[in-house]
Amino acid sequence: MSEVKEVEEHEILKKVDPAPWKDVPLVLNNRDYKWVTDKVCGIVESKTPTWWWWCFITALCIASFTGMGLVYLVSTGVGVWGNNNPVNWGWAIVNFVFWIGIGHAGTLISAVLCLLKQKWRTSINRASEAMTVFAVLCAGIFPLFHVGRVWFAWWLFPIPNANAIWPQFRSPLEWDVFAVSTYATVSILFWYMGMIPDMAVLRDRATETWRKYFYGFFAMGWRNANNHWRNFEMAYLLLAGLSTPLVLSVHTIVSFDFAVANLPGWHTTIFPPYFVAGAIFSGFGMVLTLLLPVRAVFGLRDLITQKHIDNMCMITLATGSIVGYAYAMEFFIAWYGANSYEGFAFINRAFGNYWWSYWIMVSCNVICPQLFWFKKIRQNTPLVWIISIFVNVGMWFERFVIANTTLSRDFLPSSWGYYSPTVVDIFTFFGTFGFFSVLFLLFLRFLPLMPMCEVKSVMPQADPHADH
Amino acid sequence: MSDIMDIKYAAAATFSSAKELYDAAGKVKEKGYSNWECFSPIPVHGLDAQMGYARSKVPRFTLAGGITGFFTGMLIVWFMNAYDYPLIVGGKPYFSPIYPFPVFYELTILFAAFGTLFGMFFLNRLPRHNHPVFEHPDFGLTGDDKFMIVIEVEDPMYDDEETASFLKEVGGQSVQIIREPID
Repeated sequence: MSEVKEVEEHEILKKVDPAPWKDVPLVLNNRDYKWVTDKVCGIVESKTPTWWWWCFITALCIASFTGMGLVYLVSTGVGVWGNNNPVNWGWAIVNFVFWIGIGHAGTLISAVLCLLKQKWRTSINRASEAMTVFAVLCAGIFPLFHVGRVWFAWWLFPIPNANAIWPQFRSPLEWDVFAVSTYATVSILFWYMGMIPDMAVLRDRATETWRKYFYGFFAMGWRNANNHWRNFEMAYLLLAGLSTPLVLSVHTIVSFDFAVANLPGWHTTIFPPYFVAGAIFSGFGMVLTLLLPVRAVFGLRDLITQKHIDNMCMITLATGSIVGYAYAMEFFIAWYGANSYEGFAFINRAFGNYWWSYWIMVSCNVICPQLFWFKKIRQNTPLVWIISIFVNVGMWFERFVIANTTLSRDFLPSSWGYYSPTVVDIFTFFGTFGFFSVLFLLFLRFLPLMPMCEVKSVMPQADPHADH
Repeated sequence: MSDIMDIKYAAAATFSSAKELYDAAGKVKEKGYSNWECFSPIPVHGLDAQMGYARSKVPRFTLAGGITGFFTGMLIVWFMNAYDYPLIVGGKPYFSPIYPFPVFYELTILFAAFGTLFGMFFLNRLPRHNHPVFEHPDFGLTGDDKFMIVIEVEDPMYDDEETASFLKEVGGQSVQIIREPID
């Protein structure tokens, strides 16, 4: 180290007055710790607002559509869905991939942005992780019931059964079982572990007995001791490190469901990265859809600031552009590969029997997010919210396009067909939004919406070397 | 009941900022106390080194979990598709470490995650729903905006008078003795 020489300052550097670095604070209006605690705890401690009951009852009614759809399906048979030869996957796989994709932004925010030391993630990560868990639960419904005889769904897991036969591990569908169940489990673990210190805060503030028991049980006796924090921080970092390869693998394996099949339009190596980018894109769309109303209703403008919205919009823009690039690249490779079946599959995608779904997809996923280049639009919260809805719609159509165009027009024109969903398909899918909302509303009501300890850690007061 | 017995557990001092806690912790360490702990609403950056804590041992549990997961994956695939019920699919070998790799991969992460969470619980000696430090009337505020240093009676250097005045000296506000009731 002794060889380090003093660098001579260049003449010009003495004359230049560097522009001041404008560091936008993550928590606005110089709030103190007490304000953060009162704000976040206040949401769960206050009396249940009337709007909450209205939303909850509406969500329950919507969720009952899934219930009715599934009861009818199980009591009648899987034929009540629209899938048939040649489109045997239909809405079931579309909805599954859609919901799994939604979940990915939660893990991206909690894990990938944690590893990248993006401090702005702290005020949105808890709600996004909740979104992940609930979205994965919604996703699980579809393959579970699509197996036909749902009471045999446990055969998917490596559990001994009466046939003395085991699952077949060469199948991507079996990999999917492992990927999705691991993803659900690890997301819940990560979500729960991050909540332990906040549960302890709620426990210590609780006045009612049930709260003391409820939060006390889940806080596990957390004491805010530095020895606890030391192990907690390490465990948090490790779970972030584990979740990152996990989240990338989950949608990769989901894309294998398609890519491993020898069908034109599916059998491509671009699928894993393209699916992962699409998942993050749709997930951020959903985070914006959920958090903008939450921010308005609970008055969280000092915690979820314009900077947060800008960043989320920019990630949506970036991943939306990656998705657009992937669409273009698929077409290029279909032409460049000179395989007539592949070429047909793509011409058919854009101009064939499902042309309308393709162009809905392109306008929602590629064109819409380009609006986020403009600061004026990012600052217009209602407009951002509307665009985020378009992103969700577009990503659902992306999966619809991929699954249906290929299956409905396969190698033999004699086996071509046109797939339309039945009312049972529509009810079942529609209801999952209610189911998701029910869970999210319960989360808002009973669990800390933001990780207080993490939000406080990125405030200036957390610096042990600062004078203030 | 007025005749509840209690035992002295520790002397506690509160602080109102991370900086005060950080500076005071350095002085407590310097003085030579060994049975003491800092309480804070956030993980204070650099406090581990200030208190003389070594690196957390959680990664060992993660590694053990990960290795267990990977080999569990291999074992189940080999046992199920190659040993207990050999299954021919597409003329492929009964067992290979390549084709079911996603299964090993996912189980590695799953077990490592469980190892991490339970390792954290084990190292923190949780769950433990009762602890003498909860008897401090302001303990709840350490999750809000207060910081606290607690020096236990167990500490060989502990002395009622001296420890309390030392805590005041390093900047502690509202120094008090935590008593643990026994019945």
